[in-house]
Amino acid sequence: MNVPENLKYTHADEWLSIDGNIATLGVTDYAQDQLSDIVFVEITVEKGETVKKLAHVATIESVKAAADVNSPISGKITDINESLSNTPELVNNDPFGKAWMIKFEITDPAELTSLMDAKAYADYCSTRGH
Amino acid sequence: MTEPTIYELSSAGRTGVRFPEPDVPLTHLPQSLMREELPLPELSEVDVIRHFTHLSSLNYCIDSGLYPLGSCTMKYNPKINEDIARLEGFAYTHPLQPESTIQGNLALMYDLQETLKEIAGFSAVTLQPAAGAQGEFTGVMIIRDYHRSRADIKRTKILIPDSAHGTNPATSAMSGFEVVPLPSDARGNVDLAKLREVCDDTVAGLMLTNPNTLGLFDENVIEVINIVHQAGGLVYGDGANLNALLGIVRPGDLGIDIMHFNLHKTFSTPHGGGGPGSGPVGVAAHLADFLPTPLIGIVEKATADLPPLYGFIKPPKTIGRVKSFFGQFGMFVRAYTYIRMHGPEGLRKVSEYAVLNANYLLAKMGDVYHLPYKRTCMHEFVVEGCWPDIPDIHALDIAKRLMDYKFHPPTNYFPLIVHEALMIEPTETESKQSLDAFAEAMLAIAKEARETPELLKEAPHDTPIGRLDEVKAAKELVLCCWLPDDK
Amino acid sequence: MFSPHTPSETEEMLKNIGVKSIEDLFKDVPQKYRFPKLNLPEGLTEMEALAEMHEYAGSNETVKGLLSFLGAGAYHHYIPAGVDSLLRRSEFYTAYTPYQPEVAQGTLQAIFEFQTLIANLTGMEVSNASHYDGATATAEAGVMAYHNFRGKRPGILLSSAVNPQYREVLCSYLCGYENINIQTLGEDFTIPGNPDDLAAHVDSETALVVVQYPDFFGRIFDLTAMAQKVHEKGALLAVVTNPIALGLLKTPGEMGADIVVGEGQPLGIPLSYGGPYLGFFATKKEFARKISGRLVGETSDAQGRRGYVLTLTAREQHIRREKSTSNICTNQGLMALAATIYLSLVGKSGLKQVANLCFQKAHYAADVLGQVPGFSVLSDAPFFHEFILKCPRPVEAINALLLERDIIGGYDLGKDCEALANHMLICVTEMTSKDDIDYLASVLEEVTHD
Repeated sequence: MNVPENLKYTHADEWLSIDGNIATLGVTDYAQDQLSDIVFVEITVEKGETVKKLAHVATIESVKAAADVNSPISGKITDINESLSNTPELVNNDPFGKAWMIKFEITDPAELTSLMDAKAYADYCSTRGH
Repeated sequence: MTEPTIYELSSAGRTGVRFPEPDVPLTHLPQSLMREELPLPELSEVDVIRHFTHLSSLNYCIDSGLYPLGSCTMKYNPKINEDIARLEGFAYTHPLQPESTIQGNLALMYDLQETLKEIAGFSAVTLQPAAGAQGEFTGVMIIRDYHRSRADIKRTKILIPDSAHGTNPATSAMSGFEVVPLPSDARGNVDLAKLREVCDDTVAGLMLTNPNTLGLFDENVIEVINIVHQAGGLVYGDGANLNALLGIVRPGDLGIDIMHFNLHKTFSTPHGGGGPGSGPVGVAAHLADFLPTPLIGIVEKATADLPPLYGFIKPPKTIGRVKSFFGQFGMFVRAYTYIRMHGPEGLRKVSEYAVLNANYLLAKMGDVYHLPYKRTCMHEFVVEGCWPDIPDIHALDIAKRLMDYKFHPPTNYFPLIVHEALMIEPTETESKQSLDAFAEAMLAIAKEARETPELLKEAPHDTPIGRLDEVKAAKELVLCCWLPDDK
Repeated sequence: MFSPHTPSETEEMLKNIGVKSIEDLFKDVPQKYRFPKLNLPEGLTEMEALAEMHEYAGSNETVKGLLSFLGAGAYHHYIPAGVDSLLRRSEFYTAYTPYQPEVAQGTLQAIFEFQTLIANLTGMEVSNASHYDGATATAEAGVMAYHNFRGKRPGILLSSAVNPQYREVLCSYLCGYENINIQTLGEDFTIPGNPDDLAAHVDSETALVVVQYPDFFGRIFDLTAMAQKVHEKGALLAVVTNPIALGLLKTPGEMGADIVVGEGQPLGIPLSYGGPYLGFFATKKEFARKISGRLVGETSDAQGRRGYVLTLTAREQHIRREKSTSNICTNQGLMALAATIYLSLVGKSGLKQVANLCFQKAHYAADVLGQVPGFSVLSDAPFFHEFILKCPRPVEAINALLLERDIIGGYDLGKDCEALANHMLICVTEMTSKDDIDYLASVLEEVTHD
């Protein structure tokens, strides 16, 4: 299972990459594996919108489950990945790359400290059943 | 062998059933109001009969074999019920007819209300909800309005055991409540310590299925109900598993405040390929005023010469109407016939044999399939459809292979608290021979799982169609037949 | 009694389990409450049960025995013999929900065909596998619209010309939603107005406008202009409709509806004192993933054979649990099958015939009844098969007199709306003959003559 070093993670299987004050959000390899074939991705926020930490930002559907994606931090949405609605399988094939979902301007950097690093996340995943 | 769709069978100019010409002077239809195209198929009667007869041959059904589906109670559907529901005196009555012209219907509904009250120990019953899920919705709304009527508005939570059917949390959420999950303990009962912890004056109620979806009767059910009542909450009983309790115990006697019945489970009305169901709701005395409107009541008592006069009653604090008219009337006729044919002794036998059959199957399978909770089960039980030493085999594979043995698979992946769950409920209408055959099949498949796993992985082999690509269905989302011009 | 067990089989089974008697299996049930004596009459044999049920049925009058002019949400139409003959095949009615598609292609393909027929009939792009009835389908339209705007538009506007029971049920379903604001417009008019009047009340807080077509009073209005106005304000339009009327009339889809719902009972389903009935729900493809209830989709197996499955099940209660937008579990499977068979049997030409017969006979009735002294037909709007008849006396009194002459009169509109006291809703279908209508007219004249 892939857990890139340079990212931050949540217990709900979201990842964040930080570049200056812009964060990019997606879901992890573990998440896409649990859901199996993704059939639909719906991003429920728009460019320019401000969201608080834990706000619902997207829904991912597979044949056996539908999962909510919640924002791990507060921020102002600067970009959303439009291609996911036509090619939801990107989440399965390239969860950390082409399947990025949302980019935001970070409004409260202190929130980043509660996120896990790669090792903590990998350990967390290994303790879970399926 | 794919059966074409009605659109593919259609041939321009074919007619099926025709109607007479108008016998009145004609009125002109304004063109601006009329549709130009009517894209319906054109088939002869023979086409239609053959088409649907072919389709029917692709279905498994109770009349062809056992459905061991946990929590569905797929018992035999008596044929006499079908004849009686079709009597002209029932089938040709309009729901808005004057009360004096449908006293027979009102008497039947009243008698069914009374009978369900007696069976489950409640003070009042509504027949209106169309199905179990609607019954639950009705129940949760009654809970909400009850607390509101006492100006108790801080009760925003509903407690739901983690083994509950998905409709329970769905119903609570859609009624505006916060769902608080309750874990089960090692014996499959509601965890009493956890319950005491979360049960305070912000709890509106607990939704309890007893016996639960593990098929286990809660050993502390009286205590569970007391804890909730003491905190000022109400207990909603999900009556899906009532088939274990007829003449055995009455939920109302245990202290359950509201419960829905599933006429299409416990009371033999047919599943129809996905409905219609029927979900009457029974309540304790303190909740009777909140029932949906209308209820059937006696508006004039019987005299020496006359029967009672039945009519409609609007409960004083009614939650309102949940469905048009009175409910699934055709299903009332069937359920009432079923109950009348059984009487109190027959009903008790139903539950006794349902529980006997489940325990018998459990005894036959329990050595080979892992049983997470080692207790006497009620009318159903749950085993794991997997073995730690052959991790490639899942409950799904066992389910698909069962179809090659001419059985419908049990419920799988539910309840969520059992890994690779297979929930098995044979019902009382299965004979010992039928159960033996099913047990044999399950044991044979367990053997195949070790020796020839590909048989499971590629199953089913002997059905009209093989495993279907569900990902393709969800992605491409083709929800209508192709019309001739589409391709 | 349908359990097959013999005493010796029961013995053997108990031995296998390892208990002495069946009672031992119930030791977890608190002793105090165990084995109650149910105060119910003794069980009957099949013959006796049949006789008893005949008594109940025999205590009713029916629309076959009497001449009926009742509509108002349930309609007496001809059901071709083929419908019930197929419905009684146990492979259809004793089958379970098609969760295991490999052994349920019969049910699944029939529902797929149903979805297609409803989409085509209503002029929409997709339909689901049915709801409990027209009222709950209407409520689900409200639910879908509310969630579509994520609760940011909490307003639902209902025309008072929508079936009153449907409005009640929609309110029951939505009243728990945050900030919800359900308004019915038109109640203080003497007759509910034209739908265009509603459009003026739509604003940026409105999620959904609900109208009926033909409306509860039978009237037909072109909804195109109103649909445009609703869309200009960013709201959605739901149209409650009658499937027989759609055999003739312009579709709600053509006029701009976003959601079309209604009662499918007229399509081959008996009156059966109000149930089981059939709610249908159709909408645009863009909303397909937001529809509640079951959906059947086309796919294929590993050999490339075409097949059908329940799809988008991840939206439903058994997976999403508290996050699902609706709790619906069953649909009305067998009733959807009845409608599919009915529409297949009558087909394009048959449905047009039925609709035309209803239209023609109702217009003849309006002519004839409007000429009875003291009676008049209200409204000059075009109508389908129902119309308002203004009466010289309370409807209850007139209907009591009609009943003495073996006629069930029209629906008393005064029950729902004070402004319409002394008005009845007359419905005429293909089951009513010219002679029946003439008879009604002559009896009405006679009973109000004094």
